[in-house]
Amino acid sequence: MSKPKTLSQSPLQSWFTRHKDQCLVWLLRGLAAIAGAIILLILIFLIKESLPVLQEVGIKAFFQDRAWNPVEQSYNLVPMIWGTGLTMFGSVLLATPLGILSAIFCHYYAPQSIAIIYRRLIELLAGIPSVVYGFWGLVVLVPMINRLHPPGTSLLAGICILTLMILPTIALVADAAFAEIPQEYLLGAKAMGLSASGTIWHIVIPTAKSGLLIGVILETGRAIGETMAVLMVCGNVVQTPDSIFDPIRTLTANIALEMAYALGNHRSALFVSGLLLLMIIIVLAIATELIDQEV
Amino acid sequence: MTKSITNNSQSSIQDLQPLIQIQQLSLSYKNKPAFQDVTFSIPQNSITAIVGPSGCGKSSFLTCLNRLSDLIPNCQVSGHIQLGTVNLLSPKINTTALRRRIGMIFQKPNPFPMSIKKNIVFPLKEHGFANAQEREQIVEEVLTDVGLWSEVKNRLEDSAMSLSGGQKQRLCLARALALKPEILLMDEPCSALDPISSGIVEDLIVRLRHKYHYTIIIVTHNLAQAKRIADYAGLFWVEEGCGRLIEFGTATQFFNAPEHELTKAYIQGTKG
Amino acid sequence: MSRKASSKLINLDQLFKVVIWLIPLSITAIFIWILSDIVIGGIGQISWAFLTTNPLDAGRDGGIAPILVSTFLILAVCLVASVPISIGTAILLAEFTPNQNWFGRLVRRSLDVLAGVPSIVFGLFGNAFFAQTLGLGFSILSGGLTLACMVLPILIRSTEAGLRAVPQEYRLNSAALGISKTSTLWHLLLPAATPGLLVGLVLGLGRAIAETAALIFTSGYVDRMPTSLLDSGRSLSIHIFDLSMNVSGGDSNAYGSALILILILLIINAIAAWLGSKYNYLYD
Ligand SMILES: Nc1ncnc2c1ncn2[C@@H]1O[C@H](COP(=O)(O)OP(=O)(O)O)[C@@H](O)[C@H]1O
Ligand SMILES: [Mg+2]
Repeated sequence: MSKPKTLSQSPLQSWFTRHKDQCLVWLLRGLAAIAGAIILLILIFLIKESLPVLQEVGIKAFFQDRAWNPVEQSYNLVPMIWGTGLTMFGSVLLATPLGILSAIFCHYYAPQSIAIIYRRLIELLAGIPSVVYGFWGLVVLVPMINRLHPPGTSLLAGICILTLMILPTIALVADAAFAEIPQEYLLGAKAMGLSASGTIWHIVIPTAKSGLLIGVILETGRAIGETMAVLMVCGNVVQTPDSIFDPIRTLTANIALEMAYALGNHRSALFVSGLLLLMIIIVLAIATELIDQEV
Repeated sequence: MTKSITNNSQSSIQDLQPLIQIQQLSLSYKNKPAFQDVTFSIPQNSITAIVGPSGCGKSSFLTCLNRLSDLIPNCQVSGHIQLGTVNLLSPKINTTALRRRIGMIFQKPNPFPMSIKKNIVFPLKEHGFANAQEREQIVEEVLTDVGLWSEVKNRLEDSAMSLSGGQKQRLCLARALALKPEILLMDEPCSALDPISSGIVEDLIVRLRHKYHYTIIIVTHNLAQAKRIADYAGLFWVEEGCGRLIEFGTATQFFNAPEHELTKAYIQGTKG
Repeated sequence: MSRKASSKLINLDQLFKVVIWLIPLSITAIFIWILSDIVIGGIGQISWAFLTTNPLDAGRDGGIAPILVSTFLILAVCLVASVPISIGTAILLAEFTPNQNWFGRLVRRSLDVLAGVPSIVFGLFGNAFFAQTLGLGFSILSGGLTLACMVLPILIRSTEAGLRAVPQEYRLNSAALGISKTSTLWHLLLPAATPGLLVGLVLGLGRAIAETAALIFTSGYVDRMPTSLLDSGRSLSIHIFDLSMNVSGGDSNAYGSALILILILLIINAIAAWLGSKYNYLYD
């Protein structure tokens, strides 16, 4: 039989054995609190670093100043917001149909074996580092666009590279959304004599709507946040572009380019653009949550 | 109260009759009652069979007796269970010690994904059996008790997952017996087994009960089995969407002269 | 339906079919294009000497030895910091937190947001917090810790999924034997959840090794062999970036480094797939 343990243990030890589970829970809560607090910490530090310039010149300056010239206290972010917005819109506009169609291919057209291989390929595509996409864009894509219309580093190059990069996101999310459609729906459509494309248009897409919407939000987030690839192919000229062949600079590229030497208000202004990015991401996360709850 | 559970108080409640008194016990999941208002007493060293159709709350009832209900999300228990001198539903109960005294066998045999031997040794270690030799001895003893020793003694280090269904169930039984419980709760222990394994396990229950004087509460679908092994029997039934104890009595009375119409119908229906 | 209309429908169907085969074909083609370009450009660069010598002439010449060392040190710091926190958080969320619990929900939400934060923002944060406020400067430590924050959501999610895949019966059986939750966790649940954990680890590593933007202002650019964790160290991805953007004539070594990076990632992916299949038999 087991010996009575209490006799040989120190009070602390015995307290610990008796409260083993509680001790563990508190330890775990501590670790989880750290994990949960990081986003808060990020927010706090971005705000803290942004405050000096925000207090000095105000928020308006970032939209109304003459230009982006931080050394001369001029902080207009509008061209960069255009850069981020246009690359994002272009790539989301292209990647969404391509990604959804590629998921449809996987689910309803491809033979099982091909679908498995294709999924793997999409996953690999998602895993290619952005710096490799950027490098490939720089040495292959940009010269091609240059022949079409110089200089080559341009909004178009950014959109092309970003499309490739965010396509796996929407494709994988759409794939998961299609997998959840009950088989009966599809059989029902078949029984009604709907054609294949009709089934997809009238049954599959509407049923998977909220899943697809979440996919679009996710890819939007990725497109906004992408830094290295767009930095490498977009030319980084601070200007509001007139054509798709003009070089542009995104908010993210702006931070990456200038952080290395930025001081004082300049550095602070870069944190303001980081804060702006974070705000957008938080809004997107809330949107995802709302869509999720509606289902 | 807690103390008497912690101390290995096998003898202190030996002569208390009845052993378990259940009063107005109810259980609900998310405010949806599973069973209600169950009252009866279980004498010591007896086998009590609980029968009834699926979904009438038999398994839920068993989980109250070893407080496994604590682990099920959204599960509320009310009423009173007296085990010897202990109020079993008191929040102060040391459930670890309680569950050591009350072993449980589940419908689906579920050995841990470890070696056969470790399946028995792991709970022993947890309950402070520090002496390796003593543990080895217990392993052999309980495996012999459940008739597995000769079958597995040469492969004690093999994964328990490699055993057959009947062997797995006997291993689970051995694992529970190793802790020397006084009460065994069995939730349809034979219903996932083939007829032969089922017969073996049934024989075991009877034999072990005589050897170690367990008090056994067994849920079963098999009326013939209940008739063969039980001293007492109770019928659960769903009435108005909620399980109730329809009748409880000695096995002789329950099977030969049931008082309640439902019991009569249930016994006959299964006979015919 | 008239014959004309129905034949038009069939044509639409066929057109759709052509489009739907064309898209994956072109995506595959582009994938092969990118890969083959990197392989063709990089294969000539790779040699034992390339892996084991220092970069010369700003990276145009020589190898990538210190860069590989820095990369692995950054990854090591990242894992050492993130694994305990992730496992602890995942255990809390999966085993000790009822679904309605406010704390669990809060942690889960904030991790969801964290998962979407752009890497450049992590870079800003790492620079302000680790490098400046904690005084770690531009160092491997700063970079690794920044990456640790970044991979937390991935690690936690996959560990949690691994724990949730363990059948509930094990927990009930264990509790019915009077085994404490701590021991159940240690001896039963964690071993059973190990595959999920490892897959998560491998995916997190993949994300970390691909990262560039979060490292530029945390671990820095210095391409010397690091002598301590407080030294600045250049990761492989930053090396590629620097050679292709800032060093004219650096393209050939950039190709070589890119190929190495891709190879490491492929190995990581293969390990993840192998782990996933190896542990599938666990439950019957
Ligand atoms: N964990 C649970 N959560 C919610 N409802 C449950 C749970 N377990 C059982 N129930 C419900 O409680 C009722 C009784 O179930 P149970 O005790 O398993 O019956 P029996 O063992 O007699 O078949 C059933 O209606 C079942 O659906
Ligand atoms: Mg049951």
